[in-house]
Amino acid sequence: MTRTADRAPLVELSGVGKHYGNVRALEGVSLRVHAGEVTCVLGDNGAGKSTLIKIIAGLHQHDGGTLALEGEATRLSSPREALDRGIATVHQDLAVVPLMPVWRNFFLGSEPRKGTGPFKRMDVDLMRRTTRAELLRMGIDLRDVDQPIGTLSGGERQCVAIARAVYFGAKVLVLDEPTAALGVKQSGVVLKYVAAARDRGLGVVLITHNPHHAYLVGDRFVLLKRGATVGNHERDGITLDELTRQMAGGNELDDLRHELQRD
Amino acid sequence: MSATTDERFLRTASPLRRLLSRPELGSVVGAIAVFCCFALVADSFLRASSLGTVLYASSTIGIMAVPVALLMIGGEFDLSAGVLVTSSALVSSMFSYQMTANVWVGVGVSLLVTLAVGAFNGLVLARTRLPSFIVTLGTFLMLTGMNLGFTKLIGGTVSTRTIADMEGFSSARALFASTLTVGGVPVKATVVWWLALVALGSWILLRTRAGNWIFAVGGNERAARAVGVPVAGTKTGLYMGVAFGAWVCGQHLLFSYDVVQSGEGVGNELIYIIAAVIGGCLITGGHGSAVGSAVGALLFGMTSKGIVFAEWNPDWFKFFLGAMLLLATLLNTWVRRRAEAVK
Repeated sequence: MTRTADRAPLVELSGVGKHYGNVRALEGVSLRVHAGEVTCVLGDNGAGKSTLIKIIAGLHQHDGGTLALEGEATRLSSPREALDRGIATVHQDLAVVPLMPVWRNFFLGSEPRKGTGPFKRMDVDLMRRTTRAELLRMGIDLRDVDQPIGTLSGGERQCVAIARAVYFGAKVLVLDEPTAALGVKQSGVVLKYVAAARDRGLGVVLITHNPHHAYLVGDRFVLLKRGATVGNHERDGITLDELTRQMAGGNELDDLRHELQRD
Repeated sequence: MSATTDERFLRTASPLRRLLSRPELGSVVGAIAVFCCFALVADSFLRASSLGTVLYASSTIGIMAVPVALLMIGGEFDLSAGVLVTSSALVSSMFSYQMTANVWVGVGVSLLVTLAVGAFNGLVLARTRLPSFIVTLGTFLMLTGMNLGFTKLIGGTVSTRTIADMEGFSSARALFASTLTVGGVPVKATVVWWLALVALGSWILLRTRAGNWIFAVGGNERAARAVGVPVAGTKTGLYMGVAFGAWVCGQHLLFSYDVVQSGEGVGNELIYIIAAVIGGCLITGGHGSAVGSAVGALLFGMTSKGIVFAEWNPDWFKFFLGAMLLLATLLNTWVRRRAEAVK
């Protein structure tokens, strides 16, 4: 990894922890995200993946360890601040407003405007044209950008959200389980856009519990379990089989197999 | 090449689908049906003076229905809207009378007080995250009590003293309660206010960034917050919009007569909500239009006055209102299911 060694990572977490009251949601988690690379965060339900995402997205604040953006230690106070610092998060369930047309969703929160004073208004033509063009660039041929985004398939909606983040100049793209609710073919489409975003030089954090999907695009793999890191591997240092075994429970699975073994 | 052909094909193929997904479709169909019905059964319904009466009745509902509709699109209710109209009129009247000031001073103070009540609703909602039903029910009850309490405390009776002989009364009356004649139809000032507010509401919803935020906070608040939409600010702004409407209505109420009854306005909040819902606003937020709320208000005005012109028993009015509300809601729910259906 010599090509990234001379620059500070886009996002670096060192020993980050988070408590909700007495409940430890995350402790001592470290990960790095470099430009043009995909860092996968793998873990079972309740492993702390959502908490991790919320800290990077600015929805929650960490209460231990450090979060550094391009080498500068910081604390993100709101999603808006995270966005302004170039971190775009695509949440699994709250990515879009289903009843709103695709073009309104695409620009939500960052609407371009024209005119002055009381006649300041959204540049609707530009918004429509750009939405269509940007989606086409990502390979989605949407014929009608006026249709409610809820009428698109789950995969298409993920792709719109990714295209939006790329268009708005995100440096880091955080994807929360983008393939969890999708079929095999649609998952493939989404992973293609993840790779496309990576090739454009974005740093990608891919949260998933599917090691096969992770291994297709990932450069680094961080395994979480009950809020703590149980594995931190570079792509050269781990095989898909080993990743799958660790994800499936590792030694626990061996024990279980032993217990369930028929004589 | 194929992309442009595609687009053209869709532009010619989709008008019907677009029309079906318009929020005000149901109310327009209903309004035409009600208009035809009364035009047939009541001879006097089509007269210019009757039309003026219907428009006036519609406008006093419609002025409030526009901001209430915007608020509903933003996902919230305001149960205090009805009595806030009365509060606004009372503040204006009593301030001018007690301070022996020009009535325009009272009008200005009333605007500030009314907007403050709207801001209070919005801020309490944003801070406590309680349902707006509870928050504004509280404001509704408090305002009802304050309207009666303060009026009796200051004036000794349940109505205010007349301000007709005070400075500025005639110019204020010209702005809020005059009657123009357009093409033989007597048009009240409220109708002009109403149309202006519908135009303003539509402009905000369809062409401004704030409009995009309103649809978003009502359609999916968490998604809106996640992309950086100022949710609390948007909702507070919407409540202040309702307050502005209440101020206009309240000043009309004051300057059409010259006294205000402090117990008025209770129950009107539901009428505004009904007009918005008939006009295609989803009660759960995220969908609707200002024009729809105007059609809803017009339906309301036509039915309430049409029954009188047809010389029917006015007791039936509420029945028609209920039936229209139910039909409109069913249609809207069907439209939403289509829009939200995932392929």
